[in-house]
This record gives sequence, structure tokens and C-alpha cells, in this order.
Amino acid sequence: MNWVSIGSLSDIPRRGARCVDTPEGKVAVFRTADDQVYAIDDHCPHKGGPLSQGIVHGTAVTCPLHNWVISLETGKALGADEGAVRTIPVRVEGERLFIALEALASRAA
Amino acid sequence: MSEKLVIIGNGMAPGRMLEHLLEQAPGRYTVTIFNAEPRVNYDRIMLSPVLSGEKAYEEIIIHGDGWYIANNITLYKGHKIIAIDRTAKTVTSDHGVTEPYDKLVIATGSVPFIIPVPGHDLPGVLTYRDLDDVQAMMLAAQSRAKAVVIGGGLLGLEAAAGLNAQGMDVTVLHVMPTLMERQLDPAAGYLLQRAVEQRGIKVITKANTKAITGNGKVGQVELADGTVIPATLVVMAVGIRPNSALAKEAGIAVNRGIVVDAGMRSNDPDIYALGECAEVNGQVYGLVAPLYEMARVTAQQLAGNEKAAFVHMDTPTKLKVTGIDLFSLGDFAEGEDRQEIVLRDAAAGVYKRLVLKDDRIIGTVLYGETADGAWFNDLKKKQTDISPMRDTLIFGQSYQGGAPLDPMAAVAALPDDAEICGCNGVCKGKITGAITAKGLTSLDDVRAHTKASASCGSCTGLVEKLMVLTIGDKYNPAAVQPMCGCTTLGHDEVRRLIMAKRLKTIPAVMQELEWTTSCGCAKCRPALNYYLVCDWPDDYADDYQSRFINERVHANIQKDGTYSVVPRMWGGVTNATELRAIADVVDKFEIPMVKVTGGQRIDMLGIRKEDLPAVWADLGQAGFVSGHAYAKGLRTVKTCVGSDWCRFGTQDSTGLGIRIEKFMWGSWTPAKVKMAVSGCPRNCAEATCKDVGVICVDSGYEIHFAGAAGLDIKGTEVLGLVRTEDEALEHIVALTQMYREQGRYLERIYKWAKRIGIPEIKRQIMDDDAKRKAYFDRFVFSQKFAQVDPWSERVSGKDKHEFRPMASVGFAQAAE
Repeated sequence: MNWVSIGSLSDIPRRGARCVDTPEGKVAVFRTADDQVYAIDDHCPHKGGPLSQGIVHGTAVTCPLHNWVISLETGKALGADEGAVRTIPVRVEGERLFIALEALASRAA
Repeated sequence: MSEKLVIIGNGMAPGRMLEHLLEQAPGRYTVTIFNAEPRVNYDRIMLSPVLSGEKAYEEIIIHGDGWYIANNITLYKGHKIIAIDRTAKTVTSDHGVTEPYDKLVIATGSVPFIIPVPGHDLPGVLTYRDLDDVQAMMLAAQSRAKAVVIGGGLLGLEAAAGLNAQGMDVTVLHVMPTLMERQLDPAAGYLLQRAVEQRGIKVITKANTKAITGNGKVGQVELADGTVIPATLVVMAVGIRPNSALAKEAGIAVNRGIVVDAGMRSNDPDIYALGECAEVNGQVYGLVAPLYEMARVTAQQLAGNEKAAFVHMDTPTKLKVTGIDLFSLGDFAEGEDRQEIVLRDAAAGVYKRLVLKDDRIIGTVLYGETADGAWFNDLKKKQTDISPMRDTLIFGQSYQGGAPLDPMAAVAALPDDAEICGCNGVCKGKITGAITAKGLTSLDDVRAHTKASASCGSCTGLVEKLMVLTIGDKYNPAAVQPMCGCTTLGHDEVRRLIMAKRLKTIPAVMQELEWTTSCGCAKCRPALNYYLVCDWPDDYADDYQSRFINERVHANIQKDGTYSVVPRMWGGVTNATELRAIADVVDKFEIPMVKVTGGQRIDMLGIRKEDLPAVWADLGQAGFVSGHAYAKGLRTVKTCVGSDWCRFGTQDSTGLGIRIEKFMWGSWTPAKVKMAVSGCPRNCAEATCKDVGVICVDSGYEIHFAGAAGLDIKGTEVLGLVRTEDEALEHIVALTQMYREQGRYLERIYKWAKRIGIPEIKRQIMDDDAKRKAYFDRFVFSQKFAQVDPWSERVSGKDKHEFRPMASVGFAQAAE
């Protein structure tokens, strides 16, 4: 796997997210209240809303457009809604954050 | 022909007695009640939650007016009986009403004991006895000044906690070395004192009050040791004594209280006494359980059962201060023939002590964790030999016999005759029996049929567990709609508790109100953030991560993830410079759409998030600030051209609109607020479908509110007519503040008004000058912290992370 550095943990607010631009589109990188980090495509399975702009609670995010709740761990919609968004592997080394770019490459293939 | 029953006093004891009597001997008596208080029967035990703001008076009424009508009872409110004529068998009130009786029940209750120190009669010295006292205290608390509570017993501490919750600086004076020494041993008294002090209440023990002094009203309290404590309010809560003066004057035997036999009958066979004014077997009582027992006995006697007799019982004491759990029962003095078991957990603030004699429990003190109180009470009552479980007894019922640590199992294991509700003496079997026999499914039903948890409410959890055990899923605990899936509490309860417990952060709310999720959800977090911003404008740090994206980045998100930007145009007025600046911004950032909004503003749509700070910087150069078109807050004040231009205009509607907008911009509200000012009744600004609107007329300004023109269409209600522009502004601001304080998050003004009632809003804003002024002042205070332009803050670098990507990776030149 090709791990790519994207910055440090403190770049992302707790219970918040930042975007990373990649050739395949935006990836949303989330930091939970207890400093777990997750990355998923910044694209709600419902109508493509930018998940990085949603409210982060527990290990889930609520899409700002129509309130779908997406699990950060599985990328799946929670509750009655059905759909999923791709998850991207994240590695945390101390403060440094990496995402696995090959996952993106294989997706493009 | 029915007999005439007259009751003097309308407290909880005679109220309960009537319930029993109506059940046992319906129609036997024609009942007349004289109540010195000008109101119906309410739950006096719940005055403390009223004082602390956790409950409203309406919630503690036991019998509403309808109950008296339905049961054909005549209630004279505000009538004090001044004479009993035992020969003629009549009573006479201070308003001159004379009523004959066949049977008379005296239930005059008690009077607070006033320490006869110099200054005890100064204005500002109150007692803690009835709703009038509570209202007087709440009024005094509005000044946020200093209060002294004399008496560190049950009532004194509840009064202190209530005044503290109302924002007063409170000192408790207690003459003994430890608090509540009659109910608590010194160790528990110490823990209690620490908990009380942690709430910011000062406690002085061994305090001997020498005098209350001041210039025409209370100014300070002086102690015997020379200490002087400034205070504008003094509450005396040092005890009560039976109110037996009336009986004494009528020649009825009186000792400490009105002397009655076990059948609650005085030395006049047609006269009974019950409640705090009665003395049975040399004892007088103040806690509700024995008083309700007196009520039961009196009702049976009046119904013809002469064998009914009152038997003394020990009653557990509980303190009704939210967050302090305390239970005390029986005799806990040390003695040679006694042994004790003590458990202390300093970290958790738990102290438990059982006093044993001959392997039986005779006294219990629980502090910090009181769930086993009912079980210990049961063991004591039954005189159970505890030697087989002595080693684990103190850990409570869950630890006995290897039973699991499941509170449900503990309740299931209670015997049928275990007492659940101490106030009303209701045992487990009676509750489960009633649930099954009558098919009860709600807590209110169980309260109505059994009285369990209907008084102080501290056993509500136990009763709910019994309901679940008995009917399982059919029990529907949610009488109110919870805020969201993270809590069982509704919006109103959460708001009240935020104030009452002085919760000032989202984590504090979630911890104290027992949220079931670790950090809430997208429904409750924005609501809590609003409540905290509104309730603690100076203390609370706005939590941007709990705001919806629009309020976090101060622009409106669109379906494609771009944003729209609406600069503020005060009152809808603009000029060439502003329009030129907008045109330049549109060209420079290639903004694809420009549109005029319904609120008389210009909307620029399709702006990339990364461009927002630069767009704002350019707009800011031209003097624009955020139009808050994205906010649950004041949006726009729409105006017509008014008397400056219009040949029909009666007032300067444009000027007033701009003035309102400049005064109120930046304020957060439960839902969006849109306003309008029209210069004449032709109403070109369409003020009569707005949240708040003004129609100018020759004689002044007609203020409208609670209109809607969205999902619902609704014309406004008229708040009232005021003469001047200043008055119009003050009324509108006060109305908005009332809505800010009472509205549920996302509830528009018209829905809030429907819930509260238009007449009540008019009463508070139009008729009650003091209240209106107070609302106005609170709004002005909060604006000090709210009127900061969020755009210029962000142009200066605030929340930079919001507007640029964290990284750009995977592109050819960026690959590492």
C-alpha cells in the first residue's frame, strides 16, 4: 500500500473534518471527540452532499444536505437509509496522518 | 339529607382525606372548605423544585378547580376562619361568611418559627412555607443579590439551593455543628456540607444569629461572634410549630398541637384535627407520610368506621435538592448495645451507615447512593434478622444471594409488601396489582390510581421499573417527546435543568442529564448549543462543531456543495457604492447567479467555499457585514418607503426598520426570525405574515407577531398598539427575548405562541412593565457578546481550516 502523508492530527478540529484533494475527487478526513481518525469519500451516497461539512457525533457524520447519517467506520448509511460510501485506510503515526493512496488507485482502475 | 362537613384549611392532608372520604362514603356529606391561601390544593413538598425553577406552579397542583366542581365541594379561597362557635356549631371567616357544620375538621397546618432576634420583622425577612413565600423569594432573587438562610435543616437547605439556582449569592447559617443533625450523623453531615458548598453556597455552622439590621429593610445579619454578613433577603427556616391558636380560642384541648385521640378526634366529638396542627399520642408530625396516614384514619372515622386508628411510624427523610442523594431513617445514635456497619467511598462521595441492634436494623443513613433505602427500610420494618447476610449487607440488595447487579432484578426480588412510595405508604403489591387489574400503561395512570410517586416523586424510578416488570413493552414512559434519541428528556425539561443546575457546557449537560450517547447527535447538539448561547451569553464558549454548516461558515450551503452569500442591507436600503461593490465581486469571482430575495436583499449564489473569505474581504471593503441569511437568528427587517416618500405613509417605517435591524442583528434565536415594518395599513412590506411585524398608523405603531408564510400560512396576531418608536422597539425586543428564552430549538414564533397562548404573551409584554423591562435588559446584555461581524472575523483569519483543503495528494507533481 502506498501511504501518503496528509498532515497532522491537529490540523483537524475535534468532532470535525478536513478535505484532501485527490485525482479521484475529495476525501473527507474526520477526527472524533476521542481522536480517532477516519477517511471516506466526501460524497454522500444519497445525493452527493459534502459529508466533510456535516456534524460529527460518535463515529458517525450527519450529511448537511438531507440528514443521512453515515458510519465513519463502515461508510454505510445508518438507520432506515440504505447506501454506502467508500472508506479509505488511515494510519496515525504520532501526530502524522497518512491515507492509503493505492486504495484510490485501485478504485480508479 | 346529607350532613354538613366543614374543613378549615386546604393543604395536602385534608385534600387526601377528602379523596378517601369521597371513595368510602360518597354523598354522605356536603363539603365546604375554607382556605386562607387564595388557591387550590397543591403539593407543598414540591415547592423546592418550583423555587429552583425545575417545576412550574401549574405542575404541582393536586386538585384543580374542576375537581371541586366535579365533586360538588364549595371552596372559599382566601377566607381565613376567625372563630368557631361550638354551641351554635358554626364557623365564621374574616370576610364574614358563616357556615354551619355537623362535623368539623381542623387542618390549619403549621406556622414557621421566627427567631425573635432584633430586626426579625424588617421587610426582606421571609419564611419558607407556601407559594407566596416562594414567589416573594423568586422576586427577590431577580436582583441577583445576597441572601442569608437561617437554618441548615431540610427546609433551609432546599431554600438555599433554590435561591442559588435563581442566581443569588447564598449563605446558610446553622446553629449546630453539622447540617441536618436530626437526620444525619456528623459524617454524612460533613459530606452534605461539602456538596452544598461545591454549589457555591456558603455554610457557617455554630452560627448564633444576634440581629438583623438595616435601614428600613434588611441590610445585613449579625452573628454573636461579631461576624457581619451583608444580605438583602433573609429566609428563616428554623422549624415549624402547629397552628392551633384558633382551636385554643374555641376551647378545644391544645398542648403542642390540637390534642386528638388515635381516631383523630379532639375533646369535642364533632371536631377532628389532622395534619401538622394535630398532636397524636404526644407527637406532632411534619413529614407527609404520617400526615397522609392521619388523612386515611380521619376519612374512615367520618365514613363511620370508629375502629380506624393512627399508629406511629418512622418515616425516611430525603432531601429534594437535585444532585444530592440523601436518605435517613430511624435511630442512628451510637450506644453500647448497638453495632454499626459503615461503607465509605471518598472518590464517589458515597457514605452508608447501618445501625444494628440484636442483628436487626434500627437506623440507616445513606449519602450519595440511596437506591437501597427502600430495601433497608423494609428490613427494618419487618425486623428481619440480618446475621446471614451481614458481610455483604451494606453493599445492598443486589449483592445478596449472588443475585446479579441488575437494578431490574433487585426490584423484581422485592417482596409484595415492600414499601415503594414512602410519602403515600404504597407497597409493591398494590402497585403491580393496580397495573394488572386496571390495565394501566402510563406513569400518570399509576399515580392517579395508587398515589405511588405522586408526592415528592423520588420513587418514580422504582415505580417505572415495576411497570416494566409488570407489563413489559406496553409501558410507554415518554409522556413528553424527547429531544432526540440521546435522552428521554424533552426540550423544556432540558432548558429548565440547564438553568436550574447551572450547566454551562455541552459535556456538562450530557453528563448531568445522563445522555445515552457519548457526544450527542446532529439533532441535540445544535439545540444544546443554542440553549447555552442564549442562557449564558457571557460564560458560554460557542461550540462551532455543534453548529449546522451554514452557521459554522456563515453562508448557505447549496445542493452542489457551493455556497450563497447575502450581505446585510439595513431595512432593504442600498446605494450605488454598495451595488458597484457587489457587481465587482460578482465579476471577480465569476459568481454564476445573482438574485433579489424575498427579504429585500441581494443573494450571490454558486460561490466555492475556498473563495468565501476573499469574497467577504471585498464586500467588507464596501462596508458590508454578514446578512445572517443562514442563521437561526434575526434575518431581515423588510420595510416600505414610509412617510419620507409615500403619500400614504404615516410614520418613518424605513427608519424604524433600520433601527430595529441595527439593534437586533447578530442575535441567535430558536428558529429564523423575519420582520417587517409597513408605513400604513396598506401594508406594502407585508408585515402581517412575518414573525414580528409593525403596521404604522397615525396614532402610533401596531405591533404584530406570530405570522407565517412558509410551510404554514398564517396571518399575524396583534400584540398591541404603542405610541412611540422607542416603545415599539422595547416591546419588539422584549417579545423576541421571551421567545428566545422559551422557544424550543427550531420552533418558529407562531408555533411557540400557539403553545404558550397569545393572552399570556400579551400579559407579559404589554401589561407587565417590569417583566418587559427585564426581558429587554437581558436581550441588551446578550447583544454585547453577539454583535460581532462573523465575516470580518474570518477575513482576519478565524477558522482558517474551514476554508482550505488539508492537503492535495496523488497528483503527478505532488506524489511523495
